[in-house]
Amino acid sequence: MITHEPEFLPPPINARGRLGRIVLLNCRNAGRALLILWEAVLSLRFVLSKRSRPVVLQQLYVTGIKSLGVISVVAMFTGMILALQMGLELRKYGQEVNIGLAVMVSMLREMGPFMTGLILAASVGSAMAAELGTMTVSEEIAALEVMSISPVRFLVMPKLAAMMIMTPILTFYACMLGVVGGAIVGSTQLGVSVPAYIDNATRWAENKDLYVGLLKSFVFGIIITTICCYQGFATTEGAVGVGRATRRSVVVSFLSILVVGYIITRLFYQ
Amino acid sequence: MIRFEHVIKYFGERKVLDAVNFKVERGETFVIVGFSGAGKSVTLKHMIRLLTPDIGKIYVGDELMSAAAGADLVRLREKFGMLFQGAALLEWMSVFDNVALPLREKTNMSNAAIERRVEEKLHQVNLEGVHDAMPSELSGGMRKRVGLARAIVMNPEIILYDEPTSGLDPVTSRAIDQLIDRMRLELKVTSVVVTHDLFSALAIGTRIAMIYEGRILEISRPTDFIRSQNEIVKRFLDAQYITKRGAWERTDHETQ
Ligand SMILES: Nc1ncnc2c1ncn2[C@@H]1O[C@H](COP(=O)(O)OP(=O)(O)OP(=O)(O)O)[C@@H](O)[C@H]1O
Ligand SMILES: [Mg+2]
Repeated sequence: MITHEPEFLPPPINARGRLGRIVLLNCRNAGRALLILWEAVLSLRFVLSKRSRPVVLQQLYVTGIKSLGVISVVAMFTGMILALQMGLELRKYGQEVNIGLAVMVSMLREMGPFMTGLILAASVGSAMAAELGTMTVSEEIAALEVMSISPVRFLVMPKLAAMMIMTPILTFYACMLGVVGGAIVGSTQLGVSVPAYIDNATRWAENKDLYVGLLKSFVFGIIITTICCYQGFATTEGAVGVGRATRRSVVVSFLSILVVGYIITRLFYQ
Repeated sequence: MIRFEHVIKYFGERKVLDAVNFKVERGETFVIVGFSGAGKSVTLKHMIRLLTPDIGKIYVGDELMSAAAGADLVRLREKFGMLFQGAALLEWMSVFDNVALPLREKTNMSNAAIERRVEEKLHQVNLEGVHDAMPSELSGGMRKRVGLARAIVMNPEIILYDEPTSGLDPVTSRAIDQLIDRMRLELKVTSVVVTHDLFSALAIGTRIAMIYEGRILEISRPTDFIRSQNEIVKRFLDAQYITKRGAWERTDHETQ
């Protein structure tokens, strides 16, 4: 069941008790979040059913198109900043043509997935938490459960599908825009011609960089959806609770993205 | 049909239900009245297992609702329709889609059949011409009635109403009362109605239960209920100008 009864725990007796409780509650919450993810993954088989299709399309639109503007600006400037900073350093050694490689690799490996992940967590993810949180406190989720309509299949699955598809696409788009931004800075400020930049960027970057970056962003999409939907369903105490759930969903998503990002990097680049 | 056996529920230190025992018979309209915060909504939520008792058992038919899980719970819940106190409509769906939701999700009915059924239910709750309105555009009373239409759209055996007439004008309230009564008479539906409105309680109830601070004070037929000797029940009746004669009276007018 997604709806949980209100909880009243007696205050912990001492500091050790408080610590223990924090650990236990967090483990339980992580378990609940994973159960939601599991059910959502299982219900992905309905993603193309006639009833879900319009909802999934709408979610794809919300996730993809609505965050396109922010992602474009952020990606472009990230690429420009990277090119400028590294170009100025490399120029000391007469190596400024290598900014192509530097921008390409750092965008693909790290900056692209991270930027996209953080932006999606802050915009799409927080909206998920707020929406589900509001539905929880106004008993709409309880009403769905009473009608035996799974809130996970009905509400989470379309969001998960949209994020699984859209995060890698947006990441790829962000990487490419970043590279374009680098090219602009290279040609206007560092005297690196665009063909030389492109040649340098494509010659040395590996396919592996692209694949690992996209894998990372795919995982980020799943993490964001799971955390934000869980926080939404776990909302209590009215409007204040919705605010708290939204804030928590963004903070926890950010931290998880950082930690998981490191782990994936560590796995693939020893 | 629904049986509470010594149900105790704590919210933290507070005992919100204190050894509640009662039985709702098949085909009856069981009305629960009581002051605000007495535990009426909590009682109703126990019936459909949105809450689980800390101590005690709840049966639906012969099955133990308070311990049902998985497919059993789904099957048991399918017997129920429920109107929530705040209507609990999905805000991003139109009125029509809200009412049609259970039909679309749980049945294989054709679109035309769904449309006919939704139309019929909206008509029964005195709502017409608001098909495409969004819930946020409706008044509180209209939302209630959409929620009511959604609760009855699957033609359930048992319907739980949390304050079906609160916030409605008297004429619409009586129409809802008649709807509840008609469902009992024609479709043999079992209803549990939580209400503040003693007029409708007396009009539609086959039995009335008064709940006070988590305890059942009195369960009796309407005719006995207004003659109750219990002080708190009397106070509750007096507050709504209901006397033993069953009609309201205003002392200032009578003495003039
Ligand atoms: N989620 C909750 N968390 C904490 N306390 C709760 C919760 N829900 C209900 N209560 C408490 O339980 C008691 C009974 O609440 P309930 O909602 O059943 O009242 P009610 O009889 O339906 O009142 P009303 O007529 O105002 O709807 C109240 O005192 C309330 O404070
Ligand atoms: Mg209530």
